[in-house]
Amino acid sequence: MVTLFGVFLLTLLVITAIGIMRAQHLFVAVMLSGIFSLQMAAIFFILDAADVALTEAAVGAGVATVLMLGALALTDDRERGPKRHRWAPVAVVTLTTLMVIYATFDKPRLGDPSAPVHQHVAPWYLEETPRLIDVPNVVTAILASFRGYDTLGELFVIFTAGIGVLFLLTNPSKEGALSLLRSAEAEGLRHHLVPRIVGRLVVPFIVLFGLYVQFHGDYGPGGGFQAGALISAGFILYALLEGEGRALQVTPVRLLRGMIAGGALLFVGVGLAGMLLGGNFLDYSILADSPIAGQHLGILLVELGVGFTVTGTLLTVFHAFAAREQRS
Amino acid sequence: MEYVFDIASWLLLIAGGVFVFIGGVGALRMPDFYMRMHAASLTDTLGTILVLLGIALQAGLSLAAIKLAAIMVFLLLTSPTAAYALANAARLSGLAPERRIADEGGT
Amino acid sequence: MYFAATIAILLTMSLALARALLGPTVFDRVLAVNMFGTKTVLLLSVIAFLYGRPDFLDLALAYALINFIGVLAVLKFVQDYTLRHQNPDTEA
Repeated sequence: MVTLFGVFLLTLLVITAIGIMRAQHLFVAVMLSGIFSLQMAAIFFILDAADVALTEAAVGAGVATVLMLGALALTDDRERGPKRHRWAPVAVVTLTTLMVIYATFDKPRLGDPSAPVHQHVAPWYLEETPRLIDVPNVVTAILASFRGYDTLGELFVIFTAGIGVLFLLTNPSKEGALSLLRSAEAEGLRHHLVPRIVGRLVVPFIVLFGLYVQFHGDYGPGGGFQAGALISAGFILYALLEGEGRALQVTPVRLLRGMIAGGALLFVGVGLAGMLLGGNFLDYSILADSPIAGQHLGILLVELGVGFTVTGTLLTVFHAFAAREQRS
Repeated sequence: MEYVFDIASWLLLIAGGVFVFIGGVGALRMPDFYMRMHAASLTDTLGTILVLLGIALQAGLSLAAIKLAAIMVFLLLTSPTAAYALANAARLSGLAPERRIADEGGT
Repeated sequence: MYFAATIAILLTMSLALARALLGPTVFDRVLAVNMFGTKTVLLLSVIAFLYGRPDFLDLALAYALINFIGVLAVLKFVQDYTLRHQNPDTEA
């Protein structure tokens, strides 16, 4: 029965994707991609992947929609139509899709207990995690400890994305931020009393919930990426309500840049501390008295680093778009 | 005693489902944007209360019930605000409601 | 009993999607996205109980908090657009 729900949602997903493709007005495409992210989050949830569903909901449906709206405010709203129909790319894509679908015929079915991944890999992680790391959430143990290198790589991808945006669109300088504070357009939604009051009530809870998700990642769905997305969503909400000027006073640009770099530094620092104390890179077991305490400490610090960088990057990108739009 | 809770849950969940579905039909079939807004936002709030209460009765008194209460409070706060913000944005950008003149009887 | 509620919620989600695909004005589409969002919160809550894992309610809570940021962003950008196009002296 639950499979039926999953299949239904997948059908809706295909319909949404076709809608995004055919939309000429970019605003429509942005709204439909918000729905797309929500459907993906629901599908991940039905497939019992709670961490991924939380990340997808927080990033895809919340923050990404706002960032794309900010980018849309700087450009045209319509897509320039194709000049002529091109059949060669369509043929190549169709052929590749058919080949990939044919290749999936050899895969084991979803949830098949005799698949190789359920025979060797999954039982090893499920047995070794209580013995070596002792956290209830195995996903966090795998992400932060067993596969820490991969997470380091992901962190640096986000770091590079933040730097890339900063190369293309600089944040306003201190004088620029002050002048934004005085201009009328930076008012945000201050005139609208109802959203402003309700927003002021909700922003502290979003930030608090983000902190809960950050530190609770060992026990339930959560971790650095989700927490970073949630906390930055809270600050983006504040910026939408009170205007760019005040938001840049609350989180100055230097603080955001410090967070981006600081998070990455924290992660690499934990790895190097492992080396300096006599173990390997990213070996958490020697960071404290007992190996398990060391693992807990290592996972805590590493997830904190991820949270800092993700928050800093998302807020930097948002302010880069929104402040530029005010100035133009 | 458990049966009372179960029956209450059943009723609340079914009522919530019905209202949610009515909202969906209204959002699809109403002729004007502001009318669709009425359908969608009112039934959103009511359906949310009914469905979440129905689930909360099954959860008993536990952490899950507190989380459900928190979800309910936040949805009650933010859903009408979003409806206000949207209607305001539509009015600001000039979308006018359709004027309909009463067709029966007097003036 | 959870199945009945889930079916109702899924059907409403497809109706909201239809509105998002059809809606003549952009505000219809934003309305549809908002409705889809609250229905997703309800779907996540019901399925969390269906699976017997109440600690998955964190997702529904996170999404309930984030849902209305998108609508407020639309309001802000529409307001800026209208302001900019009413005051010709603020245009670059």
